[in-house]
Amino acid sequence: MLDLALKGSKRYWGWLVLLLVIIGAGFGAYVVQAIEGLTITGMSRDVSWGFYIAQLTFLVGVAASAVMLVLPYYLHHYKTFGRITILGEFLAIGAVTMCLLFVIVDLGKPERLMNVILHPTPNSVLFWDMVVLNVYLFLNLIIGWCTLECERKDVPPPAWVKPLIYLSIPWAVSIHTVTAFLYAGLPGRGFWLTAIMAPRFLVSAFAAGPAVLILLSMLVRKISKFDPGKEAIQTLSKIVTYCIILHLFFFGLECFTVFYSNMPSHMSHIIYLYFGYHGFNTMVPFMWTALLCGLTAIGMLIVPKWRQNEKLLAIACVLVFICTYIDKGMGMMAGGFVPNPLHEITEYLPTGLELTISAGVYALGILIVTVLYKVALTIKEERGE
Amino acid sequence: MSWDRRKFLKAAGVGALAGMGWQLLRPGALDAAELIGKYSPNPSQLAVKPGGNWGMAIDLTKLDDAARQAAAEACNIEHNVPHYVDAEGKASKQDIKWIWEAEFDQAFVETENPYAPSAVLHNKVLVLCNHCQNPPCVRVCPTQATFKREDGIVMMDMHRCIGCRFCMAACPYGSRSFNFKDPRAAYFNEKDPKTGQPRLQEVTSEYPTRTKGVVEKCTFCAERLAVGLQPACVAAAPGVMFFGDMSDAGSPVRAQLNKRFSIRRKPNLGTEPQVFYLI
Repeated sequence: MLDLALKGSKRYWGWLVLLLVIIGAGFGAYVVQAIEGLTITGMSRDVSWGFYIAQLTFLVGVAASAVMLVLPYYLHHYKTFGRITILGEFLAIGAVTMCLLFVIVDLGKPERLMNVILHPTPNSVLFWDMVVLNVYLFLNLIIGWCTLECERKDVPPPAWVKPLIYLSIPWAVSIHTVTAFLYAGLPGRGFWLTAIMAPRFLVSAFAAGPAVLILLSMLVRKISKFDPGKEAIQTLSKIVTYCIILHLFFFGLECFTVFYSNMPSHMSHIIYLYFGYHGFNTMVPFMWTALLCGLTAIGMLIVPKWRQNEKLLAIACVLVFICTYIDKGMGMMAGGFVPNPLHEITEYLPTGLELTISAGVYALGILIVTVLYKVALTIKEERGE
Repeated sequence: MSWDRRKFLKAAGVGALAGMGWQLLRPGALDAAELIGKYSPNPSQLAVKPGGNWGMAIDLTKLDDAARQAAAEACNIEHNVPHYVDAEGKASKQDIKWIWEAEFDQAFVETENPYAPSAVLHNKVLVLCNHCQNPPCVRVCPTQATFKREDGIVMMDMHRCIGCRFCMAACPYGSRSFNFKDPRAAYFNEKDPKTGQPRLQEVTSEYPTRTKGVVEKCTFCAERLAVGLQPACVAAAPGVMFFGDMSDAGSPVRAQLNKRFSIRRKPNLGTEPQVFYLI
């Protein structure tokens, strides 16, 4: 089926070339990092994870959100999602690939990566994150490819793929839960030490992922003959609405616990993020942008008339994306590490090289999604859907 | 019996392996006695009792500028700890620290007490790896590159570390540093931004220098303990810092802890730090 990706319009090839150029630039920047070390990043002794791990956290959510299509379709036989389930699964493949690459570009000694497998350490959450992300990648590759091929041949999917589909549902939840446990199990990091971390991650993922899917569906309808369907988009928009509300509600719960209990080591991080701390306020404009985007999106999504207007819906989805991207990416990193365990403040902002490498990883992920979508859409067009 | 190429190669391979095996195993090739004489621990080495562990006490009432500087400098020289400064000559945010000075309220966050004697509140503290009995850094390491020895030392294998820095996120004491750049280059190539001169630093050949991309930290001078010496900082600050087996009631550190009241950093986290501060 991959041959279908080799036939495309000039626009398609132009897009691929553009992505390849960005990948090339990212690779070039990575060579500089490989030679000089992670000193070329904005990271420090105090903020020891930065933009790369922030992208990992966010993209795990995008990957997990495929379950929002798979679950209604396969468990509840919600036929409307049958048309676009493949888009969710293929988006997950691109997203997980980016996650794994972001871990690799963050390593000080990437050549020793295999030590994680050579010396497996079950007490380390990072070990389990590696396991669940890789399994999730293969689950989606097998399920997506197999069901698409069957659809093309007009035969029902083989019986053995059903258990894998059912497995992929809790597995999607697991990838984001385990990623939350990377943070939530650390003593002495007040911002992360909260039992609500995993649920927060999941709801923000189920807001951001479907928002991306809505935007992609609209794009797909524009550039191909395949129409994901108005109803599918409307159902997704309801999922986005509920989850972005829950996202801000959960943040409110955090604020209540932290500020009513009045414990300094838990308050200082949120104060730093939203109001600045001892005059350090790099994150303040970002965090308020995120909060305002989230609130505006809720306002736009909650009124059925506005939600049904696809132009407004697209804007709301972009706002949801910005809100969750800032909150779960940079907000999660800076909030966790500032102030440091000695209550000193070292601020963090990514450097140009760091951003270039990240852009390269994103371009590679988008390239994968483009090629996979090309295959899926060509088949859908062949079948006249 | 006809020998085809495949069979011949097999036989030749087995023969070659046997030959190499013999080279390794023949008597005298690796003289065990010779090796023991050369590499086994010195009989006078410091050791902890079975079930015991190393611990340290720092007397905050005697810790003055001279003692702090002597202890930190002894450690830095002993372990080739590089120091990076920014354009203004201040410590770089990517600096390496094994043992360093901190304000009292930084070392003992949330232990502040506005009415404590100013001699305590305004005297600086030395902070280092606490060699916790329940170390979070060991718990999170995905490759066991950081691990706990039987004698209680939280150790680093810098040949296994993949540089994921999970341990730095996990350490509640900020005691771990990452080699963002090649530390060896710092000894010879880096110029002091103030003087413009190369910051030549004597390299202690007894202790390995590191490579970029790995995490490092205080090891309680495991290499000195192995040859019967006290940790470098303790040796440099006699009467101020004490070290010994925590399970031995007669050890120098226990003798101090028996006499004086002591505190630990963030005891509420359950990490059981083995560095005690006498107040």
